[in-house]
Amino acid sequence: MSCSDYTNYSEGEPIADTRAPDGPLETRWERRRFAARLVNPANRRKLTVIVVGTGLAGGSAAATLGELGYNVLSFCYQDSPRRAHSIAAQGGINAAKNYAGDGDSVHRLFHDTVKGGDFRSRESNVHRLAQVSTQIIDQCVAQGVPFAREYGGLLDTRSFGGAQVSRTFYARGQTGQQLLLGAYQALSRQIHAGTVRMHPRTEMLDLVVDDGRARGVVVRDLVSGEVSTHLADAVVLATGGYGNVFHLSTNAKGCNTTAIWRAHKKGALFANPCYTQIHPTCIPVSGEHQSKLTLMSESLRNDGRVWVPERAGDPRAPRDIPEQERDYYLERLYPGFGNLVPRDIASRAAKTVCDAGRGVGPGGLGVYLDFAEAIERLGRDTVSARYGNLFEMYQRITDEDPYEVPMRIYPAVHYTMGGLWVDYDLRSTIPGLFVIGEANFSDHGANRLGASALMQGLADGYFVLPAVIGDYLADGPFGPVPPTAVEDAEDEVRQGIAALLAVDGDRTAESFHRELGRLMWELCGMERSEEGLRKALEQIPQLRGEFWRRVKVTGAGGQLNQELEKAGRVADFLELAELMCLDALHRTESCGGHFRVESQTAEGDARRDDDAFSYVAAWEHTGGAPVLHREHLEFTAVRPSVRSYK
Amino acid sequence: MRYTLRVWRQRGPEESGGLVDYDVDGISPDMSFLEMLDVLNERLVLDGEEPVAFDHDCREGICGMCGLMIDGVAHGPERATTTCQLHMRHFDPAEPIVVEPWRAAPFPVVRDLMVDRSALDRIVEAGGYISAPAGAAPDAHAVPIPKADADAAFTAAACIGCGACVAACPNGSPMLFTAAKATHLGLLPQGQPERLSRAEDMLTAQDDLGFGGCTQTGECTLVCPKGIPLETIATLNHDVLTAALRGR
Ligand SMILES: Cc1cc2nc3c(=O)[nH]c(=O)nc-3n(C[C@H](O)[C@H](O)[C@H](O)COP(=O)(O)OP(=O)(O)OC[C@H]3O[C@@H](n4cnc5c(N)ncnc54)[C@H](O)[C@@H]3O)c2cc1C
Ligand code: SF4
Ligand code: FES
Repeated sequence: MSCSDYTNYSEGEPIADTRAPDGPLETRWERRRFAARLVNPANRRKLTVIVVGTGLAGGSAAATLGELGYNVLSFCYQDSPRRAHSIAAQGGINAAKNYAGDGDSVHRLFHDTVKGGDFRSRESNVHRLAQVSTQIIDQCVAQGVPFAREYGGLLDTRSFGGAQVSRTFYARGQTGQQLLLGAYQALSRQIHAGTVRMHPRTEMLDLVVDDGRARGVVVRDLVSGEVSTHLADAVVLATGGYGNVFHLSTNAKGCNTTAIWRAHKKGALFANPCYTQIHPTCIPVSGEHQSKLTLMSESLRNDGRVWVPERAGDPRAPRDIPEQERDYYLERLYPGFGNLVPRDIASRAAKTVCDAGRGVGPGGLGVYLDFAEAIERLGRDTVSARYGNLFEMYQRITDEDPYEVPMRIYPAVHYTMGGLWVDYDLRSTIPGLFVIGEANFSDHGANRLGASALMQGLADGYFVLPAVIGDYLADGPFGPVPPTAVEDAEDEVRQGIAALLAVDGDRTAESFHRELGRLMWELCGMERSEEGLRKALEQIPQLRGEFWRRVKVTGAGGQLNQELEKAGRVADFLELAELMCLDALHRTESCGGHFRVESQTAEGDARRDDDAFSYVAAWEHTGGAPVLHREHLEFTAVRPSVRSYK
Repeated sequence: MRYTLRVWRQRGPEESGGLVDYDVDGISPDMSFLEMLDVLNERLVLDGEEPVAFDHDCREGICGMCGLMIDGVAHGPERATTTCQLHMRHFDPAEPIVVEPWRAAPFPVVRDLMVDRSALDRIVEAGGYISAPAGAAPDAHAVPIPKADADAAFTAAACIGCGACVAACPNGSPMLFTAAKATHLGLLPQGQPERLSRAEDMLTAQDDLGFGGCTQTGECTLVCPKGIPLETIATLNHDVLTAALRGR
């Protein structure tokens, strides 16, 4: 439907102000909090804040804003706020507590995160994240989150990729679930207290902007199909990542880009859309029917060893291949970090050995993750206590027992570092529109370290947003929104729905999603090239044209209609995909999860180009060719270096 | 492989429903039950029919959104397994598979296989939390918690809120769900101050919402995908009794 032109772009003004205080990094957050204006408690209930999304970011934000006394409206598309995609996070959450006494500190977590992000994130934000991390653990324990403990009753931690200290707190393999239930319970308490009104099974389809400010959302009630508008003094988007643009990913089926994409079309800049994280340890695809991919937590790399047969096409069963004919390629190539190298490196290494014909399992798209040595060293019971539920999940899906045969794993799309651009105060470029959690672009640069998304979501929701939103709301309430602004926004949404229903073609929305996913995986996935990206930029508009000629959506708009929901999401993915490819094409360097084949070292490692690309690419939607705004990145505390994990 | 399905179709809560037979072809043993329904739905759409509505999201057995009665058993024949983690290798193509929604008075059918389980959220809202506003927490190591207690709390905390226990219970009681929450929080030192009021408030909400009472039939634990133990119910009952004795 959109007539945007993504084969081209023009240069806009650089982004001058990120609202970050200057001066010493260590005290910036303290000074920002002190400088932020406060809203008097009696006035808070006169101010309405909409929070879209109830994952770790949105759930914790809505609960905390409710505790502060604001009038909060909360939305999610699931039937209960407790089911947001954050629930599926397995491995853990980072925090610079240094409980393990192994030399961790706020500065080290900050340093590791900036380095892990391949020097493409904003120092002030990352430093704040590291500072706040310690409070998160305190908060969650106070709520009753049952983190793993040692026999002495203290909290247990483990190591995750990209770190040489043990700073990852976990609750068996269900960390996200337990953290989300903590946030959900806090949210439930506020719903009971009447400060938060919850709207489950409701999808945001557009943003209401009036007089230059974000003032509300147009939503569709997924049960009745009714389209309506909710107004507020500020809108917070916490709608998660857009990894499902690849169709197959580890994200929940409903994860989508609709909320942030439509806000982008209303004026919010979209930053670094091409930064995608491919997770190295997922269960390989088993067939055409595959509807999603299942992650096997990265924590498994603490004790599991990754290998492939030395010889391409070795037909032997893994246990019949003797030690000296195995290639533990991560340990060989990266002796410093071994199996714990960051995700982008582990993923590409897996692709390289599979491309060389040494992959295992169906189609040769897999590598072994072997626990034999760990079971011998620690005993089966210890291994089972650490990873039992993951082993079970693996066996249920593949019908193979990982205690007996090594797991087979392969990389899959997992997380999107890109998202709506926000400043230090989490404000997007539309005044009054805040963006938190995976939906924003902020803290992870070009590659997110394991266990840092949960940390960021909760930092944003419990601590950062509640501390800075008052500075904006202190100017409110912002007065009534003219009915025409609401009608216009609703009309646009109704027309969009009618257009999807009117096509009445001969292909399902799912079939388009599958095709788009394959195209993106091939041309804008683990490796990207100019040629491939140009091809993608030709093919995506064609596919989108075909979608709008041939998609078939049954039923009507004024009823529960899951086909209509899916078609709307696929339509948005078909637009976002192009911006991702354009962003990937313009960034001719390799960095983090973005690997351009043209920019690599002799050993095949990513080669950054700091002189040309040390910036955040923030894209403006124009309807025609997008406009690129650059936010230059400055490093004062960590010197950009070649990221080495050898 | 080819299967015959008998699927409950119902347009809305007020309308009557019934079982409709469908044949689905091209099913592989590695497909999940929901992927099999995806195959059916894509075909229905292409035939111009409305697909079968069902809830799902994570497809990893953790969000608690999916849940179907399969041949009369909540989440189907495999123990400790959610519907999304159930694979077709467990079904014999020679036998028709009957697929129905959860059935319980407080879970009205929304459409087809989808039900409204928001009553479970109301139970948690009534008291299923520890009051700990953000920003005021003491250091996480201030109170060590014996590993055994932490582990037991975790076991109860694993409930995914799917509602299978209610669907399986002859009385339509959510007791296992409520007890799981009461036990999780009640076993932790942080949960002590509100322990008795929490148990009582959740139980009162449960009754007010029209759920049935618990007569300890134990059907719930048989279908619970997370293996929530029946003893949690004893813990809850003990707390409620103590609250009554203290004249709360
Ligand atoms: C399998 C898996 C395992 C992971 N493990 C880890 C881990 O161990 N450690 C770690 O740090 N990170 C992990 N991650 C990443 C992490 O889980 C996510 O990045 C994080 O949970 C995102 O949280 P969020 O609050 O931003 O969004 P989400 O949890 O995705 O929540 C999005 C919310 O927005 C709502 N929503 C979306 N669109 C709309 C709309 N249009 N209208 C209304 N509502 C909408 C949804 O209903 C939902 O409530 C994992 C991710 C996956 C996929
Ligand atoms: S107790 Fe078990 S069956 Fe009941 S809601 Fe929780 S996980 Fe589901
Ligand atoms: S879809 Fe999430 S538990 Fe089944």
